[in-house]
Amino acid sequence: MESIRSFSDIRQLIEGKNASCEDIVLFYLKKIEENRHLNAFLEVFSEESLQRARIIDQKIQQGKAGRLAGMVVGIKDVFCLKDHKIQAASKILEGFVSQFTATALQRLLDEDAIIIGRLNCDEFAMGSSNENSAYGPVLNAADNSRVPGGSSGGSAVAVQAGLCTVALGSDTGGSIRQPAAFCDVVGIKPTYSRVSRYGLLAYASSFDCVGVFSSNIEDNALVLEIMAGADEYDSTVSRSEVPAYSKNLLWNGPAKVAYVKELLDGDGVQEDIKQNLSSSLQMLKEAGHEVIPVSFPLLKYALPTYYILITAESSSNLSRYDGVKYGYRTRDAKGILDMYKKTRTQAFGEEVRRRIMLGTFVLSASYYDAFYTKAQKVRNLIRAEAIKILTEHDFLLMPVTPTTAFKLGEHNKNPLEMYLADLFTVQASVAGIPAISVPNGYDANNLPIGLQIIANYFEEEQLYQFANTYFSRS
Amino acid sequence: MESLQSMNYELVVGLEVHAQLSTQSKIYASDATIFGCEPNTNIGVITLAHPGTMPKLNKKVIEYAIKMGLACGCEITRYNIFCRKNYFYPDLPKGYQLTQDKTPICMGGGIRVNGQHGEEIYVRLNRIHVEEDAGKSLHPEGKAYTQVDLNRAGVPLIEIVTEPDIRHSADAATVLTEVRKIVRFLGICDGNMEEGSMRCDANVSVRPIGSDVYGKKVELKNMNSIKQVRQAIDHEVSRQLKLISEGKTIVSETRTFDPVTGASFSMREKEDLNDYRYFPEPDLSPVRVTEEWLEAIKKSMPELPDTLKRRFLNEFGLSEADASFLSDSRDVASYYQELVSFTKNYKAAANWVMGPLQTLANEKGLSFSDIELKPGKLAELINFIDEGKITYTMAYQQVFPVMLEKQNISVASIAKDLNLVIESNTDALKTLIQQIACKYPDKVKEYRKGKKGLLGMFMGELMKETKGKADPKIATNLLKEVLEETS
Repeated sequence: MESIRSFSDIRQLIEGKNASCEDIVLFYLKKIEENRHLNAFLEVFSEESLQRARIIDQKIQQGKAGRLAGMVVGIKDVFCLKDHKIQAASKILEGFVSQFTATALQRLLDEDAIIIGRLNCDEFAMGSSNENSAYGPVLNAADNSRVPGGSSGGSAVAVQAGLCTVALGSDTGGSIRQPAAFCDVVGIKPTYSRVSRYGLLAYASSFDCVGVFSSNIEDNALVLEIMAGADEYDSTVSRSEVPAYSKNLLWNGPAKVAYVKELLDGDGVQEDIKQNLSSSLQMLKEAGHEVIPVSFPLLKYALPTYYILITAESSSNLSRYDGVKYGYRTRDAKGILDMYKKTRTQAFGEEVRRRIMLGTFVLSASYYDAFYTKAQKVRNLIRAEAIKILTEHDFLLMPVTPTTAFKLGEHNKNPLEMYLADLFTVQASVAGIPAISVPNGYDANNLPIGLQIIANYFEEEQLYQFANTYFSRS
Repeated sequence: MESLQSMNYELVVGLEVHAQLSTQSKIYASDATIFGCEPNTNIGVITLAHPGTMPKLNKKVIEYAIKMGLACGCEITRYNIFCRKNYFYPDLPKGYQLTQDKTPICMGGGIRVNGQHGEEIYVRLNRIHVEEDAGKSLHPEGKAYTQVDLNRAGVPLIEIVTEPDIRHSADAATVLTEVRKIVRFLGICDGNMEEGSMRCDANVSVRPIGSDVYGKKVELKNMNSIKQVRQAIDHEVSRQLKLISEGKTIVSETRTFDPVTGASFSMREKEDLNDYRYFPEPDLSPVRVTEEWLEAIKKSMPELPDTLKRRFLNEFGLSEADASFLSDSRDVASYYQELVSFTKNYKAAANWVMGPLQTLANEKGLSFSDIELKPGKLAELINFIDEGKITYTMAYQQVFPVMLEKQNISVASIAKDLNLVIESNTDALKTLIQQIACKYPDKVKEYRKGKKGLLGMFMGELMKETKGKADPKIATNLLKEVLEETS
């Protein structure tokens, strides 16, 4: 077992009786050990995953194993797993143990996936470089001096470095797609409401999506089809049927592919990335697809709209971390107000505090209409504009990021500079439409470049087919 | 002392009534809602606001709220968006209360009552919305800490907000009594103010009569009974009038009523109130009230006190007082209604319910639904009296107690066993004959003088009284006996 890249590798090993699940887990545990310096894992469930592997090996022998038998999954530290810690890489949840398992995770467990550990991320999923973790930054495996992106940096690197088969992440404004692009892996943000959020620690509820990192499209499609669908514990989740994405991954016939011409003309985007997109468009044209420039005048409003709304929601979502019921509580409080202030000041990181304050500000009575109400209106306009483009075209192609992976410490002095890393990912988040980031080559420094393919609501099947047919490495 | 009359002022009151809904489980979680459990026993992960939890709406809550809305003639909102009301407090686990803001489930409508002088008053409702209750903070005396009990956190509430249409403290009490009557009738809340399952805040202001602007409003809290609401308003009126007469200004504030002294003290001024930063709850889908659902709820509605009273007045010809009494509680009303389905003597039925049955209920501490005597059985007795087989006094004093003991024996056989049935009961017949004799003193004299043929006439009278049920042989003997002995 020199390397395992995908679930089909694992299945072959198991079916050929060349390896057991236990062997697979041992393989990953060794890799994790060898790559400690990447700081991808916050906690490794070594014993437990071996134990579970042995049980699944028995099930395989008895012919009773589920569809994900042998798959080893890492989870971002924002998913609840019964009797396990969940901290969102924050000190404020120190010592907290979840009493239940997230719906999405439970569905994977029911198909005999093995959870190998909790993955590092930006604190409360707030960040674009994984430098906001209370447990230190994650390093990009392609270049250890560079960030893996964020907030699901640990998840991206875990797949990039082959520390697990797939990893779960959450994407609020690009937290899956951006690190996927920086780390040369596949990452999907499904349609908002496609996957239950029950058991996903909330950041900005009307944006948060559960998604998947994988080394290839097939694994990604399989995991999503198992996780997605209605859930009685999340009233916001869609009841529409979930297609078997992994069954048919081939795109047939000509597609109408849109791209935003302002992006290729304007500044602010790394030249290599522009060229990368242009050559992909050229390739598609040659393959017989219709490639159409479109205009998206509201694109420049997507980022401010996004930051107003997500800070508003997160300021409220994070109110529960108050030191009263669980997690960290300051030791030297004089009275309740003092306890709140000290607990939250001591245990939340700087970026989290900044967003709580921003969110509280935009929701305050005097500024509510100027910020929150207006941003909601703009959100509706952006949504309408996106739907219009995606009704007239099959896909919208965009870069995932304005630059390739930047250096650790390069942008963390100026938050606004960091927020620009989300420039191209927030649009799909604001609109709630599905988008996938696929590896699409390298820049002059040999750093990975991702390509973003966006489709209309609930068109994950089409996304997977198109991406697999034209942007698959195998 | 200043009074409203002496200063030519009027009182303006609006009420905010919180009613805890008597659903089995909480509004957004499956935890139980039972009152009086050990602290922190009905608290699952949703109630505790653990990370990753989301609200799971209990549809019964919406149904109960709609029932209240229909009872008050409100417009029912078809698309309900829930909102977060954000503030920090130890007994508020999420750091926000999940409530309704811009789309309350019920809008408009009103409560109709009779004012203190009997005049009809209609108090408009501004809204009724659903929300979750908070937990309880307990401050043990002499301790430097606070304890939090989250059993109550997430218990469903409706908040009923009236317009400032009330002009007398007595009317405020009447409106509150009516609200309690309705929620109890609907079976959506037990209306127990002492246990806090119904709570009332009063917004009180005064203004010169004829003015069309409202005075500065003071919110009164912490009244634990309807009587206290009235007391608190009266006290507040005096306080405000005194301030005005002294040339001082009234501050918009929240004041807590002290049940011991009857006075109130200031909690906080409105100016430094929280900014609650309401926004639509993204973790809960808006709830659509479909036509079918609404129709089903309408069908399940019981007849309400007001409608019942009207029907009792018009259909059964009862007096105002009787109709009020019988429509006051759902148990009594349904007992009465079942009773009159077995007898046409509506007035007698009313008297039985308000008299012997109410006495029984009071003595035994029973509610009407717990009374074992079936209305059909009681109707048998009423009809028995109407048929002249037994007198009311006998029925009440002798048959009724036996009926309460023995459910399966017919009224006729009880009466027979007790030898009470008129036709064979010599005492009863004798009484009747004596009454007849008194009615016709001349005929009695004639009979005694020897005109024995008059016996037939007396027999006729007796048969008329007993509807022909008297045993002729016994009757003849008794007649002779009585007529003879009067001499």
